[in-house]
Amino acid sequence: MKRLKFTLLNRFFIVSCCGVLGSIWSSGCKPHAPPLTVGSVREPSSQTPGSIRIGEVGSMTGSEATFGISTHRGISLAFEELNQSGGVLGKKMELITLDDRSKPEEAATAATQLISENEVVAVLGEVASSRSIAMAPIAQNFKTPMISPSSTNPRVTEMGNYIFRVCFIDPFQGEVMAKFALNHLKIKKVAILRDIDSDYSTGLANYFAAAFKKSGGSVVLDVSYSSLDIDFKSQLTAIRGQSPEAILVPGYYTSVGLIARQARELGLQIPLLGGDGWDSPKLLEISGKAMENSYFSNHYSNEDVSPKIQNFVTKYRQRYSDSPDGMAAMGYDAAMILADSLRRSKTLSKQDLREAISTTQNFPGVTGNITLNEKRNAVKSAVILKVANGAFHYQTTIQP
Amino acid sequence: MIEFLQHLINGFSTGSIYALIALGYTMVFGILQLINFAHGDVYMVGAFSGYYAIHYLDLSKNPSWISLGVTLATSMVASGVLGGLIERFAYRPLRRSPRINVLITAVGVSLFLEFSGQLIFGADPKFFPQVLTFKGDWSVGELKMNPLQFLIFFVSILLMLALDWMIFRTRFGRAMRATSFNSECASLMGIPTQQIISTTFILGSALAGAAGVLVGLTYPKIDPLMGTMPGLKAFVAAVLGGVGNIRGAVLGAMILGLSEEFLVGYGAPSFRDALAFGLLIIILLFKPTGLLGLKRAEKV
Repeated sequence: MKRLKFTLLNRFFIVSCCGVLGSIWSSGCKPHAPPLTVGSVREPSSQTPGSIRIGEVGSMTGSEATFGISTHRGISLAFEELNQSGGVLGKKMELITLDDRSKPEEAATAATQLISENEVVAVLGEVASSRSIAMAPIAQNFKTPMISPSSTNPRVTEMGNYIFRVCFIDPFQGEVMAKFALNHLKIKKVAILRDIDSDYSTGLANYFAAAFKKSGGSVVLDVSYSSLDIDFKSQLTAIRGQSPEAILVPGYYTSVGLIARQARELGLQIPLLGGDGWDSPKLLEISGKAMENSYFSNHYSNEDVSPKIQNFVTKYRQRYSDSPDGMAAMGYDAAMILADSLRRSKTLSKQDLREAISTTQNFPGVTGNITLNEKRNAVKSAVILKVANGAFHYQTTIQP
Repeated sequence: MIEFLQHLINGFSTGSIYALIALGYTMVFGILQLINFAHGDVYMVGAFSGYYAIHYLDLSKNPSWISLGVTLATSMVASGVLGGLIERFAYRPLRRSPRINVLITAVGVSLFLEFSGQLIFGADPKFFPQVLTFKGDWSVGELKMNPLQFLIFFVSILLMLALDWMIFRTRFGRAMRATSFNSECASLMGIPTQQIISTTFILGSALAGAAGVLVGLTYPKIDPLMGTMPGLKAFVAAVLGGVGNIRGAVLGAMILGLSEEFLVGYGAPSFRDALAFGLLIIILLFKPTGLLGLKRAEKV
């Protein structure tokens, strides 16, 4: 009897193992498998005639989860406001959000599902450039407008005429950081530590290096790491040997936090420089005090006293009892620009909507006045934030 | 010169992390001839049990050696139990099956743990709270060292000696060696082989759990996929030193740690992972038994 019971148990264990593995395998391989869903997903048949359905792809879980969550909060806030004031063109805005678990291939799957099964009129997302680049060809093929809130790599919008973004691009961001280092920090010698797995990081590193060298600075060492690494001491030891005045670390917050810690452990007290990939409260949690006196470029600062920004910050705090970071503000702006374009669009067809988005002029967003140029990129200013006393503080604004 | 010495220190500290994981690997291989691919994931579960222990017992409020001890004990028990369960329900039913079945099951268990981890713990990286802090860093002039890394190095050497002593000097160790040599014959001689195998498994998993906590302390970012790469690297280290050989595992780990360090430090950082697996291929081609491994006569 005892023996029988155990064999049954074994069977059960093996079968359940197989079941879980099978479902993992199939969700990775089948093009239409549903990724983890956040918010409500409704069948196409149940679409209420009076609503406009918008899709969102975001990293709600995974290595860059705070990017997806912040952006989603920004977008949701915008949608709630729009619906409270009667919706757009008399119709309710309906948001369908799919999680891509911070993986490019799942971002592509999610975009396919949103467009072909949920029949959305436009897609919002992603934050990370690698994932936007994976989604863009799909949106382009289905001729569905896609607006990335904060992917800064130039290649994203080069994927086709249906792909837009409401943020600045890395050549500008690299130049901003180079100018800031040379003119404000009076730094002439910089080392670069880039994430070789990320389109965003390598792109930003290249644009920074080009701009920095052109204006008379020198890059003493340019080394890389891989996003799964946790030990960066060998690279940092090599960097220490060249005695630079600052290190450019244009990666995402998860790695940057550890890099900062290990740099300080090796006695490197020089400032770290970075881009909008740093913008997450997790950065300060992981790095502890190691990030002090470091600088990064970002889309906006929630310390800005302009009434438009403070109004947004207050609304966001009331809704989520948390301060909005740059990703949240970009998500909000992306959603608002989409709503504005829907109002200006001749019909609700995807072609007309595309036309309307491409003619966005001087839209008064939270993160600045947004005009989309002929390359479907936003032209706007960047801010520099400083890490001091365990928070991000506004330093200066740099115009394009 | 200082740069070289600093690389040497860094290399030893990376190596000791691999060593800590490789010890468990090599013990399990030694007794079962099974490459337990789930080992790296048991290490992950160890780190997470430490994380939850710290949160629920509020240990990060007053960092001390006692807090570290409690964290270590909790995670060693948790991962030991997990290891026991894996052995009981995944590997034992396959004891008489061809080796390839067990190997594939090991890959399955590994994926099972990784994805259950993403489901249960969440896929986003967590900050591992500091339960033991040191005042400042240890340094000699320009040479810097994180005291925690020294602790890991010390622990891995100590464990190596302890395991070595256990295997060659105790009754249990003799039973282990006998089981490893020929388990059927050993059981005829009255050795409870099933029990010996389970205990070895639990011991190896508990070691992985301890490694998880120590690494979490030094590199305070943990996530459910953190075990994949170190697991593979530790596997390479174990093969390099001779699988099943305790001293070999530590030797292999140090060689791997140092060569990675010098490769990354002197020019080719993107080849870090390629180096480990390149080494694996070379060692399998030219000395499949590893540096310290002995050639075993094939049993007919």
